[in-house]
Amino acid sequence: MQAFCKLNGLVAPLDRSNIDTDAIIPKQFLKSIKRTGFGPNLFDEWRYLDHGEIGMDCSKRPLNPAFVLNQPRYQGAQILLTRENFGCGSSREHAPWALLDFGFRVVIAPSFADIFANNCFKNGILPVVLPAEDVARLFAEVAATPGYRLHVDLEKQQVTTPGGEVFRFAVDAFSKKCLLQGLDDISLTLEHVDEIKAFEARRKLEEPWLFGSSRR
Amino acid sequence: MSAKTLYDKLWDRHVVHCDDDGTCLLYIDRHLVHEVTSPQAFEGLRLAGRQLWRSDANIAVPDHNVPTTDRREGISDPLSRIQVETLDANCTDYGITEFAMNDIRQGIVHIIGPEQGVTLPGMTIVCGDSHTSTHGALGCLAFGIGTSEVEHVLATQCIIQKKARNMLVSVDGQVGHGITSKDITLAIIGKIGTAGGTGYVVEYGGDAIRTLSVEGRMTVCNMSIEAGARAGLIAVDAKTIDYVKGRPYAPRGDLWDKAKTFWQTLQSDPDAHYDRVVHLDAASIRPQVSWGTSPEMVVAVDGCVPDPAMEPDHVKREGMQAALTYMGLVANTPITEIYPETIFIGSCTNARIEDLRAAAAVVKGHKLAANIKRALVVPGSGLVKQQAESEGLDKVFKQAGFEWREPGCSMCLGMNEDRLSPQERCASTSNRNFEGRQGQGGRTHLVSPAMAAAAAIVGHFVDVRTLEV
Repeated sequence: MQAFCKLNGLVAPLDRSNIDTDAIIPKQFLKSIKRTGFGPNLFDEWRYLDHGEIGMDCSKRPLNPAFVLNQPRYQGAQILLTRENFGCGSSREHAPWALLDFGFRVVIAPSFADIFANNCFKNGILPVVLPAEDVARLFAEVAATPGYRLHVDLEKQQVTTPGGEVFRFAVDAFSKKCLLQGLDDISLTLEHVDEIKAFEARRKLEEPWLFGSSRR
Repeated sequence: MSAKTLYDKLWDRHVVHCDDDGTCLLYIDRHLVHEVTSPQAFEGLRLAGRQLWRSDANIAVPDHNVPTTDRREGISDPLSRIQVETLDANCTDYGITEFAMNDIRQGIVHIIGPEQGVTLPGMTIVCGDSHTSTHGALGCLAFGIGTSEVEHVLATQCIIQKKARNMLVSVDGQVGHGITSKDITLAIIGKIGTAGGTGYVVEYGGDAIRTLSVEGRMTVCNMSIEAGARAGLIAVDAKTIDYVKGRPYAPRGDLWDKAKTFWQTLQSDPDAHYDRVVHLDAASIRPQVSWGTSPEMVVAVDGCVPDPAMEPDHVKREGMQAALTYMGLVANTPITEIYPETIFIGSCTNARIEDLRAAAAVVKGHKLAANIKRALVVPGSGLVKQQAESEGLDKVFKQAGFEWREPGCSMCLGMNEDRLSPQERCASTSNRNFEGRQGQGGRTHLVSPAMAAAAAIVGHFVDVRTLEV
């Protein structure tokens, strides 16, 4: 996993609450058996005027000029600013894969769906939860200031505005460590291999019906 | 020893290791695998040169991509076919039991788990699918995970997680005649919102929940994720035990007796503490119909499409306005004046035998209304289909003009050919009315099987309780 420490990035605003993972990456793109290449289809139904299918050359498709990510001032954005309950719905990890492939490394919102936030941490994307009123102020600043950038520092757990205003955010210690160091959590878990085996042996005694897959 | 909730008990029994900050390794008893969220996980396992931890904990089934029409020719969409073939190959390579596409036991992963006894009380169950919450109806801790976590479970039989908070949703008293578990769950989501359960594991309790059949409880737990909760669960009672008994993968003989004795302890302690408690009055729940593009946008069938102008919060107001535009609806329209043209009866929410019986009871002796262009019944599994056919339900549906299909996820998400066209309006027994969920531009109204059936024969939404059936 790509590590995340700090980022000074252009901010793109997506002013809508309850954005679900079907909107982030529609179902037809879930037929890929790869982890990469989802970026051109991020927000596909909002971003293009035609109907997207897997394998299309997206550079030749008609863009929806009204969609915020298509506006020239937000090209190259690495920070997505959005509203409540971002990433709700399906557990598809294709959603953070698409965000990452597009270039986003940080998503700032008042709240995230649990599975989505978890999936972000596994893919080098930092979900930042800020109070709704702070997010509302950031939306106003982004709208008023072309080229608006934020500085996000995971180590210090803070977001700094161009004016020097600092917002603190919470992140759990384990996710922070993994993200800062780009750690593979399977390797970390396998450090506990003896504990898992001992637990499993105990479980086999206590609930033996949970072991062995053959039909009885 | 302080009093514990059912979630506390299930959690405590599965913690392998816990760090000071509360990050735990949780042991997983059962891992359900389907074709869409697993290929990258198996690939990751191979690339890292890792072994599968425990093959017998895994059960696989293709469901999202499979055609629901004649399968003798296989899957025509090459991408869908590759995904299903990749699952078949991975299961062969790793020695994982799979109910392949033409196996009578094939079906939607969340239907076949309980049906086969692969889902048992007291288990931890995960699957790369958010509707894994369904299985909590049997008194287990079940939640959806992403593909990285699928790989983690394959490699370690554990997941890394912090404990969620406890929430109790108590549906007090009894629902009125003709009110179903789908109406209960939509009413809950309408009350607490799509983020109301975020950060919680929800236990459903109250007399109305106890009265539900185990299948009805599955519908309620299924849509926990639509309320933001990763997991929903219901305490074990005699109905749970009866449901599990004799299932192919359930224990038998002495093991059954031992298991049963343990399962009977799987309830919350009477004075257990919940971080949040929500009460609903069961008697006040009426048949529900969603009007918008989020499951919380739901009203009773005798209500009207709400008016954004009455909403003080500007983000919510704009969300409502966008939903009305997408849905092609005008504020203050009575729900009974909305005319679907498509009916979908199916999905992990509502494709069990009881759901098909409820829909068939309404449909029997009637024809589809003139404005209904197509109506699908997609049973949740091959065995549900077989059971329905033995009861003659297929004939009831076909005589009314419905199509009787092969099992799978189908039009719930339209990964196969079963999709809505732009602006096509559908009465659906599925779980999500998101933009584009059932097909780009498609307009979904979430309802119970009985309500979908009523709309099919009347041509518009109608309180099913007013029909003579």
